[in-house]
Amino acid sequence: MRPARTPGWGVASTLAAPALALLIALTVSTAVLAAVGASPSRTYLTMLEFGVRPDSLVSAVNRSAIYFFAGLAVAVSFRMNLFNIGVEGQYRFAALLAAAAGTSFDLPGPLHLAVVCLVAVLAGALWAGIAAVLKTWRGVSEVLSTLLLNYVATAVIAFLLAEVFAAGSATGSTPELPPSARLPELDGLLALLGVSLPAGAHLGGAVLGAVVLGVAVHLLLTRTLYGYDLRMSGLNPAAAHAHGIDPRRMIIITMLVSGGLAGLAGLPDLLGNTYRYGVDFPSGAGFTGIAVALLGRNSPLGIALSALLFGFLERSALILDIEGIPKEIVTIMQGVIVISVVVAHELARRMDRRRTARLVREGAPATPTAPATPAGPAA
Amino acid sequence: MSPHAVHEPPPLVELRGIGKRYPGVVANRDVNLAVHPGQIHAVVGENGAGKSTLMRILYGEEQPDEGELLLDGETVRLRSPADAIAAGIGMVHQHFMLAENLTVLENVILGAENTRWGLLDRRSGRRAVREVSERYGLDVDPDATVEHLGVGQRQRVEILKVLYRGARVLIFDEPTAVLVPGEVRALFGSLAGLRAQGLAVVFISHKLDEVLAVSDHITVIRAGASVGSFATADADPRRLSRLIVGGELPAPAARRRGGGGEVVLRLRGLRAEAVADATLEVAQGEILGIAGVQGNGQTELIEAIMGIRAVSGGSLHIAGREATHLGTRGRRRLGLACIPEDRHRQALALPATLWENAMLGSEDLRRRSRWRVDRKAARDATGRLVAGFGIRSPSVDVPAAALSGGNQQKLVVGRELGGRPKVLLAAHPTRGVDVGAQAVIWERLRDARDDGLAVLLVGADLDELLGLSDRVQVMLRGRLSPAVPVGELTVERLGRMMTGAEPEPVDSAAENR
Repeated sequence: MRPARTPGWGVASTLAAPALALLIALTVSTAVLAAVGASPSRTYLTMLEFGVRPDSLVSAVNRSAIYFFAGLAVAVSFRMNLFNIGVEGQYRFAALLAAAAGTSFDLPGPLHLAVVCLVAVLAGALWAGIAAVLKTWRGVSEVLSTLLLNYVATAVIAFLLAEVFAAGSATGSTPELPPSARLPELDGLLALLGVSLPAGAHLGGAVLGAVVLGVAVHLLLTRTLYGYDLRMSGLNPAAAHAHGIDPRRMIIITMLVSGGLAGLAGLPDLLGNTYRYGVDFPSGAGFTGIAVALLGRNSPLGIALSALLFGFLERSALILDIEGIPKEIVTIMQGVIVISVVVAHELARRMDRRRTARLVREGAPATPTAPATPAGPAA
Repeated sequence: MSPHAVHEPPPLVELRGIGKRYPGVVANRDVNLAVHPGQIHAVVGENGAGKSTLMRILYGEEQPDEGELLLDGETVRLRSPADAIAAGIGMVHQHFMLAENLTVLENVILGAENTRWGLLDRRSGRRAVREVSERYGLDVDPDATVEHLGVGQRQRVEILKVLYRGARVLIFDEPTAVLVPGEVRALFGSLAGLRAQGLAVVFISHKLDEVLAVSDHITVIRAGASVGSFATADADPRRLSRLIVGGELPAPAARRRGGGGEVVLRLRGLRAEAVADATLEVAQGEILGIAGVQGNGQTELIEAIMGIRAVSGGSLHIAGREATHLGTRGRRRLGLACIPEDRHRQALALPATLWENAMLGSEDLRRRSRWRVDRKAARDATGRLVAGFGIRSPSVDVPAAALSGGNQQKLVVGRELGGRPKVLLAAHPTRGVDVGAQAVIWERLRDARDDGLAVLLVGADLDELLGLSDRVQVMLRGRLSPAVPVGELTVERLGRMMTGAEPEPVDSAAENR
């Protein structure tokens, strides 16, 4: 039995969707820019020029690590047709607890860091676990519970900061983390590779963590029994259930994994930038993560690329205000890209489906209705 | 739509020399078909013979490579189903396409709504729907919600949808596959009503008895071509069956009656939703048939035994071990396997590859896989299954969706038998598959029985039940009758028991072992 894939077609259809999406996105963004009276070509050139400066690139990569973790968290749940849209609350809750834990004890370097990371993972999983329990125990839709738990998280964090972790602090934040709990910078590693960074720019250690974790999650999803069960539960939950894959168990595990990954999204900032958790801690990555997962089509490599794109766009937007162009244009671009990808992917999927059907028909009639891949972002 | 007078009316629809090729494959060649008004025209052939492709051409879903399509004697090109509908051709799909939470009326007018000032005009819609349903004797409450309707009624809604859009030619794709005997009779009544109104009905089927009972004219398709066309009155069942398969038609002939082995599935007063005190025993090497009109608790019984439906009382033993409180996986480990009733919903993940589907529920492959999925072992096992069951597929890496219904079912049966189970639950194992696949499946079930497998067979096809089972219990309103040896049963007696017209047989120790 040989695989039925014909390489030429496979590559073409893999590349067709993103290419089409990029084209649509560029067209719409150009139209929007022209409509607000900015010169599209000048805007793109300015962004590109600023964006590819070495310090900009380093900053974009650092940013993308955050989006990568958040996107990965969302994607794991999407793969099972679970919609964890509470990554925002999960990672901020996790960051607070990690910050508090990191300042409450002392351990030698790497161990201290490891414990802080572990606390973040557990805290994220705990917050996502609430939604999992509600769903398996009472059938509450995880879409609602995870979304609403974001607001609960905001309130709980504010309470914990004010009453417990930052009770006596003038800045309204947790104490600063000791160096032993901070992420190392990778500048030395780059120097070994012969790359020297401009002054003031540092490549965060989170980037290395993201690469390792991305490979690990890829293996988890495609090579392990858990990944297989996750895929089958996502494609046909009734059939999976009928063959011994317990849906409740899968929901709980998957939400915990998703929440655990979400917990990591706060760490690049906490352990590489702010070193403390306060009311001004950067937020919003959880929602960006949804867009990143959609754009990356739930695969770790795709998510890495889309996280880099988002990081790059956000960094290069910084120049626009100086040039008198509203930088919100970048947010519009991000939105348009995501929508274009969803549309383009659907088109590519239909083409692909027709092709496979023909390949296998063998004179047999087509199956009554070609099955829809599960609706929504998991498709 | 006045019936044409004395002379032979011209065909309403005619297909001439239709050919359709897919890369490497000829799906149709030189197909001729003429359907007259006031005629029920059966198109028969095995699954894979090219009936569905032909109907997709007639309904505008596919374009023919050769030949022409004539409507009222004029050549037309149908580029899409919308064209076909506009031309008066409608399709009643085998898999219903209804919005469950909308009413009958809303489903019928969906996509073809009358509007007033841009607003939905329910009143005129309701009037039109009532008119159509009265004219053709299709009795459905327009305000009932579809989710509360039975299968037969849902099918009538599908017919209404087509009629409401002004169809003069109605294509029925395997309409009886989902129906129980009583509903089949009702459907045939509806078809006669359509014929009486001068409409043309194209009836696709592979069930000979139904075709002979309901049609006026038969066209046989084999290997993509029309190989015969004649009036039903002139048809001889044996000649017809030879035309269809190009040989003798298989039938579930009785074989060695098994039994006498150790009891490996035992239910004692099992209770679940819609199941009342189910008691039964299946021994090694026997097939116990569960007969009954659909909706009398068979689905729930099977699901309760599988472990996906909560049990509220009684006990369940598999291979001598108490399994009442085990989950599905625990029960499968004791040797339980299942061919579910609805393969698309419960047996296969259609977008997943054949090998991924073959691995579903396979304790053997799971054990091998511990942490890393053993893809090679899974692919090899699937390759053997595909070869052993004659599943038509170029590779084990294609999605299950690409297989025809019969081949999908062979995959499911092969997978379940491949785990060397002790007990097999088989719910409608040959529903909706062609005679070729049916024969393979029957043969494998009998072979497995002879090798000592205990089979609990749930079916609506009485010939299948009587041909395969050693003993039969009838399920009526959630209750099981005592077991009756198949030798004491006839189709007629079984029919009476299924409708409750015959008192249950005396519960003697001999009969209810």
